[in-house]
Amino acid sequence: MNIDHFKPAIVYTIYIASTPEKVWQALTSAEFSRKYFSGLAVEAELKVGGAFAVRTPDCSLHIGGEVIECDPPRKLTITWNVNWPGLVEKLGPTLVTYEIEQAGEAVKLTLIQAHDRPISDDILSGGRTGWPAILSSLKSVLETGQALVIKMEPPQRMLAALKQMGIGTP
Amino acid sequence: MRKPEFIYVTYIETTPEKLWEALTNSEFSRRYWWGTEVKSDWKVGSPFALVMNGTTTDVGEVLEVDRPRRLSYTFHHVLSEAARKERPTKVVFNLEPYGKLVKLTLTHEDFEDGSVILDGISKGWPAILSSLKSMLESGTALAIPPSCLGIEGVQ
Repeated sequence: MNIDHFKPAIVYTIYIASTPEKVWQALTSAEFSRKYFSGLAVEAELKVGGAFAVRTPDCSLHIGGEVIECDPPRKLTITWNVNWPGLVEKLGPTLVTYEIEQAGEAVKLTLIQAHDRPISDDILSGGRTGWPAILSSLKSVLETGQALVIKMEPPQRMLAALKQMGIGTP
Repeated sequence: MRKPEFIYVTYIETTPEKLWEALTNSEFSRRYWWGTEVKSDWKVGSPFALVMNGTTTDVGEVLEVDRPRRLSYTFHHVLSEAARKERPTKVVFNLEPYGKLVKLTLTHEDFEDGSVILDGISKGWPAILSSLKSMLESGTALAIPPSCLGIEGVQ
C-alpha cells in the first residue's frame, strides 16, 4: 500500500520509563493491551502485509487492518479501520504509526494518526479523546504494573457526525 | 484554519490536590522539570517565573487560580531575543477528577503567527508532563536529556 499521500491529523507524544523492546511488546501483544486498552486484545502479525486486529473480550472484530511498516522495536505502521458499517468506504483507511526512540533512560513514544483525505474535527475528536487515555494507561502499566481505569465512551459529536454520513455506529 | 495552539491531555493516578501541588510548588517542579523552579505566590495578578538552575527562562502573570481545578498564567520566554520580541502567550491547566484518576488538560495558546517558541513548547510539554505523571504515580520522575527533545538550539 502506498502511504505517501497520507497526512498526519493527530500526533501524541509520551515518555515512558521503560525499554524500546517492552514498549513494542506492550503495543503489539494482547496480554498487555487487555490491561491498558479497555480489555481489548491487539493481534498483530508482525511482518509487512501481516494482519492486524483489535478484538473485544467476546472476540468480535473492533478494528481491522494490515501491517504496512514493521521495524521492531523502532517503528510500526498499520492500517487501523474501525469495524463500523460504511466507515472505510466513507472516510478512507486510517493509518496509525508508532515511533519508539530511546531518550536518555526513558523511551519516547510518538503516535501519529494519518488520513488520505481531510477529516472533520468532529470525527477526529474520537482519536483526540482516545489516544491520550490509551497511552497514559500504557505508560502506567509499564512503569507501575497497574493500568489506569479510564471509562471511555465515543464522543457524542463524533457519533453524530458519523451517523450523518450514513456510517453505522454502536 | 485552526489558530496555532498546543493541547496535551494525560490521565494521572493521583488526586487534584496533589497534582495542583506538583504544578505550583518549586520543590516538586525541580524534580520533574529539569531542575526548573516554578515561582509565584499564586495570587491573581502576581508575577510568575520559571527559574532553571538560577537562570530565569520564562516570566508571566497569574491569570486564574481556582484550586484545585484551574490554573492559568501568561508565559513569555525570555532566553532568546527573538522570543522576547513575541507577545506573551497563555498557559491553562484544567484538572478534572475522573473516577480514581485526574484528567489533566494543558492548553498553551495565543501564539503569534510564525511564533519561534511554538515548536519548542510542543516538544517540551509532553516530556515535562510525562515526567510529572511518573513522579506522582511511581515516585520517580523521568530522566530525559533535553537534547533528546529535538528542539533547535537546546543542548
